[in-house]
Amino acid sequence: MSQSTGREARTASSSALLSVHGVGKSFGPTIALSDVSFDLAAGESLAIIGENGAGKSTLMKVLSGVHRPDRGRMELLGEPFEPRAPADGLRRGVAMIYQELSLAPEMSVVDNILLGQERSRWGFLRRSEQRRIARDALASLGHADLDLNRPVGSLPMGWQQLVEIARCLAAEARVLIFDEPTSSLTKQDTERLFLAIDTLRKRGVAILYISHFLEEVRRVTDRYLILRDGAQVASGELDGIDDPGIIRAMVGRDIDDFFPTVEHQRGEPLVSLSGLSGVNKPHEVDLTLHRGEIVGVAGLVGAGRTELLRCLYGLDQVRSGEIRIAAEPVAGRSARSRVRQGFGMVSEDRKTEGLAQELSILENCTMSYLRPFAKWGWLRAGQRRVAAERLAREFHVKAYSVKQPVSELSGGNQQKVALARLANQQAEIFLLDEPTRGIDVGTKAEIYRWMGQWVAEGKVVLVVSSYLPELMAVCDRIAVMARGRVLEVRPTEQWSEHELMELAISSS
Amino acid sequence: MDHSTGSRSSSGEPSPLVAVVRALTRPDLGPLVALLIVTAVFAIADQLWGRGFFATQYNLRLVLQTAAIVAVPALGMTVIIIAGGIDLSAGTATSLCAVVLAYGLEQRLGWPMAVGCTVLTGVLCGLLNGALIIATRIVPFVVTLGTMTMFVGFGSLLTKELSLTPRKETYPTWLHDLSFANLSDLGFLPVELIPLSPVVAGLAAIFMAVLLHSTVFGRWIFAVGSNERTARLAGIPVDWVKLVVYGLGGAYIALGSLYMFSKTKEASANSGIGLELQFIAAVVIGGGSLSGGRGSVIGTLAGATLAAVIESGCIQLGLGTPTQRIIIGVAIISAVALDKMRAEPPEWLSRILPRMSSE
Repeated sequence: MSQSTGREARTASSSALLSVHGVGKSFGPTIALSDVSFDLAAGESLAIIGENGAGKSTLMKVLSGVHRPDRGRMELLGEPFEPRAPADGLRRGVAMIYQELSLAPEMSVVDNILLGQERSRWGFLRRSEQRRIARDALASLGHADLDLNRPVGSLPMGWQQLVEIARCLAAEARVLIFDEPTSSLTKQDTERLFLAIDTLRKRGVAILYISHFLEEVRRVTDRYLILRDGAQVASGELDGIDDPGIIRAMVGRDIDDFFPTVEHQRGEPLVSLSGLSGVNKPHEVDLTLHRGEIVGVAGLVGAGRTELLRCLYGLDQVRSGEIRIAAEPVAGRSARSRVRQGFGMVSEDRKTEGLAQELSILENCTMSYLRPFAKWGWLRAGQRRVAAERLAREFHVKAYSVKQPVSELSGGNQQKVALARLANQQAEIFLLDEPTRGIDVGTKAEIYRWMGQWVAEGKVVLVVSSYLPELMAVCDRIAVMARGRVLEVRPTEQWSEHELMELAISSS
Repeated sequence: MDHSTGSRSSSGEPSPLVAVVRALTRPDLGPLVALLIVTAVFAIADQLWGRGFFATQYNLRLVLQTAAIVAVPALGMTVIIIAGGIDLSAGTATSLCAVVLAYGLEQRLGWPMAVGCTVLTGVLCGLLNGALIIATRIVPFVVTLGTMTMFVGFGSLLTKELSLTPRKETYPTWLHDLSFANLSDLGFLPVELIPLSPVVAGLAAIFMAVLLHSTVFGRWIFAVGSNERTARLAGIPVDWVKLVVYGLGGAYIALGSLYMFSKTKEASANSGIGLELQFIAAVVIGGGSLSGGRGSVIGTLAGATLAAVIESGCIQLGLGTPTQRIIIGVAIISAVALDKMRAEPPEWLSRILPRMSSE
């Protein structure tokens, strides 16, 4: 039903609502987006598909006015469209539903829907009119029954999202951009969202829909545009392409990176998880890690990979299940006890969690394990400095002094400091979350080599990555996660990149 | 204000018990309930062990007068805190305003001029805070920590580091009456013993409540405090909102300084040091959140009154200042702890209570 009305709308208005011509954007030497073009008519829906880092977010930020494009032009209803800020785009009728919702949690549903567009007389709110507009907006999404007085923060995620969409409707948005809207929704909420999107299209609103989930994409949209490494590699009608075709277009790149390997042997089991569950994710994970083995975790953002590492490391609460080291259940629940037991973790978020940005290389390298440099609680500055300098040399950290704050280092050098910390704390079980994200190729190769060396020494590496070629090249075994569960673990040679992607995407 | 639409929107009537529990745990009424309970406890304790003076009309009148002095500047603090700010300079700004008032009266500028200068001083103090916060992007805590000391300095320049005590003939009688008169003295109402100061504070509170809940600007204040990035995204002039909020806070501080002077008839530049913490305490007990987006006029009034009730109750029971302070400290922490529990009930509590928030 929705499809037919979509087509009607397209024929009804021959001219495009939004058209994008050859838009490109670079950040320094990195080309985030190059030469993207498409047209979008009223009531039409276009899916933007691509791997993590393919340029989808950059495209959306350009459209919503967060970034300004370097090249190309955009038109809205035939007039130039050059938003300088999100508020600008909103005024012209292009609204974005962010992955992290942007609502004022303490304020009521009606106040959020009319935020920044309050109806008033002499500065006094016209409450009944405000309520009518809010109720109309919600009713057109099929949810006139929502309590308008409730603070938005007390609503479940799915309902909060509806409030945000209602806000765009009250602002009379003509183009709505959804960025991974279902990543934190339950199945029921997802269905509710799809119905709302159908209604919106019937009213002539054009939809841009970003998602990894191909099933969803087929449910919501008729056309697609695939991005890879910032470039538009394919586009057309979804009816004319099958899932394997889409996946091929998404991942089909040359593996031209350099993956050094170090000879290593799998030994006896060291860590085993049985039925490990966190508060939300992970869910009932069984996994055994052997000495001398690199295990990779593949999956989409939000699949629960980071949460698995955090649960294992004692940062997130473990709801049920067991962690054993060498068949002994682990003692303690805190990260502090995990460090003592030989765990070491590198966070995916170097800026706010992985490193103390204001502190020096010296402090960051040694903060997790100061015992060798301390006597009766007194730090021996000299010894500590010598050790830090040795670590910095060993890990090729480029800095003029170990006293330099890590905030002044490049991403690659910061990551080396984070890894050096694990070496200092004599970690045996390395939990690495996206260790090569945002890092130059040279440093990536060094990180792969260190991982190889550690397992060659009989240690264990568990690495989460969204970059499949890296997992394929470096890991001995790869586990695929989706919706909090580990779906399957296989030796790397029994996986193809295509199969990994398919499993991660299809299982909703 | 909108009962008709309010009741229409709720689907199905909840059972009376749940309705009562819900009303008592409403965020804006919680502090009022706490106030009533604490007052009742002191009244009973005083009947049993004290002289039975606590619950007399005379004493309650004193309590309200004490509360009003804190309540008025605390109302200004409430908007600032709702907008996600804080004003540590509120205490010394109050004494600076009082100094300006006393100085103006001493110099025989006439009371309209002196009061005008006082209000201007308060507003300027607030605008200075707001402008510094906007221009420097330094957190309000640090900016107002700086201006807190500056205001003592400004005041001392006027007072030559002494205490100003203008002569009786220099100030108008209404300035005395503000703290000490009853409505009946002024011929407003035939009822005896309704003091003027809480009535004026009440008018100031009504103005604030209308501003916060019935105007567009009020919605903007909540939005800025609740999620500044969202507010910017929605096209709200965030910086302007902050500036006005601090200016408004300053106006309430100026009114508070009239109370302060009216009570003691003297002014010194550093007498306000520490007062800001009483203002903040009133807001926090009243359900205000220091991370912004939450706070209420009724709550702040209840918070200010609660502190005054505890003070008076302790005096009547013969408990000294040390006990008083400990009890007020406990009240601050328990108010916030209870509020937090209401928002996210811990597992053991949600197992006992029926779920009230679920659909």
